[in-house]
Amino acid sequence: MRAPWPADPPPGPFRGTFWRSPLRGPWLTAFLGTLLLALTSVVILTGFLSHAAYEPDLGRNAIVPRDGDLPGLLPFDWPTSPSWLYAFTQGLHVTVGFVAVPFLLAKLWSVIPRLFAWPPVASPAQALERIAIALLVGSALFQFATGVLNAQIYYPFKFNFVVAHYYGAIVFTASLLLHVLVKLPTIRHAYRERGVLQPLRANLASTEPEPYDPDGGLAPEHPDKPTLSRRGLLGLTAGGGALVAVMLGGQSIGGPLRKLSLLAPRREGFPVNKTAKAAEITAEMTGDGWRLELIHDGRKTRLTRADLAGMEQRRESLPIACVEGWSTTQSWSGVRLADLAKAAGADPENVTCLVESLQPAGVLRTATLNGGQVRDDRSLLALQVNGADLSLDHGYPARIIVPALPGVHNTKWVARMTFS
Amino acid sequence: MKRRYGASPLHLILHVALFAAFAWVALQIADARAASNIVLWFLAALVLHDLVLLPFYTGIDRAAKRLTSAARVNYLRVPAALSALLLLLFFPPILGRNEGSFARVAGTPPEGYAERWLLVTAVLFGVSALIYLARAAAAARAS
Repeated sequence: MRAPWPADPPPGPFRGTFWRSPLRGPWLTAFLGTLLLALTSVVILTGFLSHAAYEPDLGRNAIVPRDGDLPGLLPFDWPTSPSWLYAFTQGLHVTVGFVAVPFLLAKLWSVIPRLFAWPPVASPAQALERIAIALLVGSALFQFATGVLNAQIYYPFKFNFVVAHYYGAIVFTASLLLHVLVKLPTIRHAYRERGVLQPLRANLASTEPEPYDPDGGLAPEHPDKPTLSRRGLLGLTAGGGALVAVMLGGQSIGGPLRKLSLLAPRREGFPVNKTAKAAEITAEMTGDGWRLELIHDGRKTRLTRADLAGMEQRRESLPIACVEGWSTTQSWSGVRLADLAKAAGADPENVTCLVESLQPAGVLRTATLNGGQVRDDRSLLALQVNGADLSLDHGYPARIIVPALPGVHNTKWVARMTFS
Repeated sequence: MKRRYGASPLHLILHVALFAAFAWVALQIADARAASNIVLWFLAALVLHDLVLLPFYTGIDRAAKRLTSAARVNYLRVPAALSALLLLLFFPPILGRNEGSFARVAGTPPEGYAERWLLVTAVLFGVSALIYLARAAAAARAS
């Protein structure tokens, strides 16, 4: 059977002579790939942890439809200790995700000649590999693009971010795993030939192209004279990553770094994730007529804000961490959730709690807390923050604050709590 | 098998596993909101990077190399690449693209991002110029 394309490559990028960078070659791609793999492993792991932290199996927590989700990966409930757990994992997810972008760009630059390989398909195995690579590169770019946009609250797309980013993550993780397995011999060969770190020793004057190999398709046939050493290129890539970390990381780490993070979406000390106005909360809903409704076994208990203020108050310094990557630690005071469970007539040691907001709409107007979260002494229905009543934007008259709970599950403007 | 297929049977098995997983995801996506928009973004991500962004920046790099000598191009290339990276990642507030959506949830629009990005860009090029001058002075002393 004759191939449907000519034996000789058409002019342009399909010709081996088109690509001239003296730095491209199996070692550079292997090394960039190793660094990128380390970074993306952190991003993938913390991403799936965040999915688990939302406890999608409880109540109406699932954002990805439950019958279209993978089985729960964590064999235990999302814990409450350490209290900074979610701030840590999600801060890593977003910050390392941004930091990985220059490594991804460099990696894709290093392999671009392969996109134009000639003949386009040499064997059935290679055809499958090319489709798998398209899935890998497409899902990687999709994940980074949607994540970077979501962290800055910019939605030029029509789909639900959480759903698309979750399924994108599954394709990305699976195709990355396969890619690493398929390329392992190539990576090992490159490191054996050139050493893992050896090529970093060469300065510009002693930078030599990797040997031309028409089958590998990475090292150029006619290399230009280098204008940058390999360590220069890697330094630029890592320097880019470090600069991005400084520009963004402060919104997660806090302290003086917050001011230094000049381009972070949330630079203020105590950001408002969603204002009362955006949530359609009005002054009447939160005024004197407001009651907290506690429900257990069909029994209803209604409490005024004064009733709540009359109960034992507890003050806890706890972080609140948003899925978008920022976090802040504040001093909250209010009533223990366990005390409210008791007031409702439930056993605080063994009960979950469906919390509903006054918010008339939105996926996140309700959240279900697991048993450990209700039981924890530091879990509060907060009335005050830093010694003053909550502002309307921070959830007045009362909001949930639970250690290590994803930010949006710390429901604001609480209207009803159902213990079961 | 190896001769006709081009690789070991394990290669085929693993690829079939990936495609099956992908087909499962595709079935889930088909039920999701704006499924066609997800597919569009997936394809656009591939095309825009490989056929637009990469040729664009390598083209600029080639032009810069013609503009100056190989020995000096890095003093331009490094700050330009870092500044461009920041623009690529943080363009929504820098170009004011997320003003509406950001203000809707956070209450106030993002402010001063273009100014701070320009400031960082100025510092990057400034540091590069200082290094260039310092090295030029050292070379002049040495000769």
